[in-house]
Amino acid sequence: MESMLHITTLHYLVLGAALFLLGVIGVLTRRNVVIVLMSIELILNAVNLNLVAFSRMWGGLHGQVFAIFVITDAAAEAAVGLGILIAFFRNKETVNIDEVNLLKW
Amino acid sequence: MLIGAILVITRKNPVHSALALIVTLLAQASIYLMLYAPFVAGVQIILYAGGIMVLFLFVIMLVSIDRSVKERQLNSQWIVGMIAATALGGLFIAVFMKGKNIFPEHALPVIENDNTQKVATMLYGQYMFAFEIASLLLLVAIIGAVVMAKKRI
Amino acid sequence: MGQIVRYIQSYLHSDLTPGAAGNMFWALVYIMLVFVGLSVAVIAMNWLERKILAHMQVRLGPMRVGPHGLLQPIADAIKLLLKEDIMPAEADGLIFWVAPFVVVLAAFTVFVVVPFGPTHAITDMNIGILFMLGVSSLSVLGIVMAGWASNSHYPLIGALRSSAQMVSYEVAMGLAVVSAILMTSLNAEGTGTLSMIGIVQAQQAQHEWFIFKFFPLGLVAFFIFAVAMVAETNRAPFDLAEAESELTAGFHTEYSGFRWSLFFLAEYSAMIAVSSIAVTLWLGGWLRPFPNLLSNSTWDRVFSLFPGVTFLFFAAICFYNAARMPKHPLFRIQTVGLAGFGIVLGLIGVILFIPVVSIRVQDIFWFAAKVAGFMYMYIWYRGTFPRYRFDQLMQMGWKVLLPMGLGVLVLTASVALLQEKLWHP
Repeated sequence: MESMLHITTLHYLVLGAALFLLGVIGVLTRRNVVIVLMSIELILNAVNLNLVAFSRMWGGLHGQVFAIFVITDAAAEAAVGLGILIAFFRNKETVNIDEVNLLKW
Repeated sequence: MLIGAILVITRKNPVHSALALIVTLLAQASIYLMLYAPFVAGVQIILYAGGIMVLFLFVIMLVSIDRSVKERQLNSQWIVGMIAATALGGLFIAVFMKGKNIFPEHALPVIENDNTQKVATMLYGQYMFAFEIASLLLLVAIIGAVVMAKKRI
Repeated sequence: MGQIVRYIQSYLHSDLTPGAAGNMFWALVYIMLVFVGLSVAVIAMNWLERKILAHMQVRLGPMRVGPHGLLQPIADAIKLLLKEDIMPAEADGLIFWVAPFVVVLAAFTVFVVVPFGPTHAITDMNIGILFMLGVSSLSVLGIVMAGWASNSHYPLIGALRSSAQMVSYEVAMGLAVVSAILMTSLNAEGTGTLSMIGIVQAQQAQHEWFIFKFFPLGLVAFFIFAVAMVAETNRAPFDLAEAESELTAGFHTEYSGFRWSLFFLAEYSAMIAVSSIAVTLWLGGWLRPFPNLLSNSTWDRVFSLFPGVTFLFFAAICFYNAARMPKHPLFRIQTVGLAGFGIVLGLIGVILFIPVVSIRVQDIFWFAAKVAGFMYMYIWYRGTFPRYRFDQLMQMGWKVLLPMGLGVLVLTASVALLQEKLWHP
């Protein structure tokens, strides 16, 4: 087992960056509003992963506490976002993000 | 976890996307366990996988109609979006190339049994104000979501 | 080869759980034991439910299949396995297939941390109770997926109602659990613990089962949890979502044969899982009655006779009923079967008297006895209470149990603080 790869902080950061990138692609390119909201959750998770990895590296627990706050925040934001979605869907009967253009002239 | 994330953004059916997101979140919880953060892992499973995803599935079931599955899945600005995402990816790779050697070698960890106690001490001691603000935020979010989704205010 | 044997034997000299000792072989053995024990318990629950419900309704229940219906669950299982596996045409194939497995997975994974004794758990996470609550909230996802994938009205409404009910009562459950955890921190160092084994050890150290602590606060917290756990597992009187007269069968209408039996298995194991949470948190886990009050060795000896005596009692009931069978040649096979079953139970009882076995089995026996008491209560509730209407159910969850839970939490915290100040100024 001598050649086993040590999993350093860098690996976690690269994973977090990859998740972030996938989340950003999801937000910018998908048409369904619900999938956009789910990609936002992916982004928040990537941030959490970075926070906890750094907390591990530096030894203090500040990163973990901040990660808990971020999770709470994400819950609140998901609830409000889905509420807005439901209100919009009731008016326009579509979940297509291209049709969210009531302010277009 | 990356496979789950890729499935989230590429599936046509939003219910499949939600399932892939659940898998991703559970994988994330196990990564937190690898990082010796059991309390955050537990919170992640309870809140994210057990709460937020239930909310998402509820809304998908209420909102999703079959015709959204048969439409095109990329939106009208997907080219610009892909360019922006590629630029971001390039930025990440540049940062990685430059800063690869900053991080120290991982010290072998000490198994500690009181992670929850320490987090709680910090949460209720040093971050008390943030804790109260977070509870206020949740209250505001609950009221906001209820008002948004009501039929008649 | 010798290394493997030494690896296997090294665990026997330690007094930790297999997970804490890092011994994978014994962890797998324990997992197999728990799995087998759980399956046997579910089968026994099936038979017990039908018989006890029947006796409560002044009828006899299944009597034909084996002696007194003892082989009925096996017949049910064979029937379910041989049934045709129907899938609705428009249903979403992948989700339809995955949903029962998610529910079963969530119900069975909980047993990784359930403590049957001070070292008889598969592992002992130091976030044990958090893990259990989290994983049991994953079964909501499975129910939602099952309702959605069936692509028809009744399952969808049943799934939405069922999951709304489960999510609401999780909040009340969580508050009751928190006030019990608070009581674990009343020790010399002032720190509590979330680990299941630690909670029972705290009860042992404080010489009091948490249900009796700060009377009546422990009792109220236990009551809130008892009600919330019945609602959480969708059992009577909170079973509107799956009652046959209301909504055909709720979210598992479209499932047949083996898939339905998976849901059924998951429901019973979820019942056993939340009962074991209740037993660990309030009723003292594996501790025998009066562990500190009557703690000299004669009382130990008396209490250690209980497992064997229980099995011999059951064997005596079997023999009595075998003697009461009708003396008709057609009933001969049932009489012989029942007498044989009685002999098996008697043998188990006699084995449990041997001191070597008796010491090991003590903790597991008391834990199982308390969980069996809870199972009896579940069946009793089903036979006695009328069903709650769905809006009454939600109203009770949010407007009654949640304020009560908050009140109990605040009061428990204040009383604990007062006790700290008065006893250790």
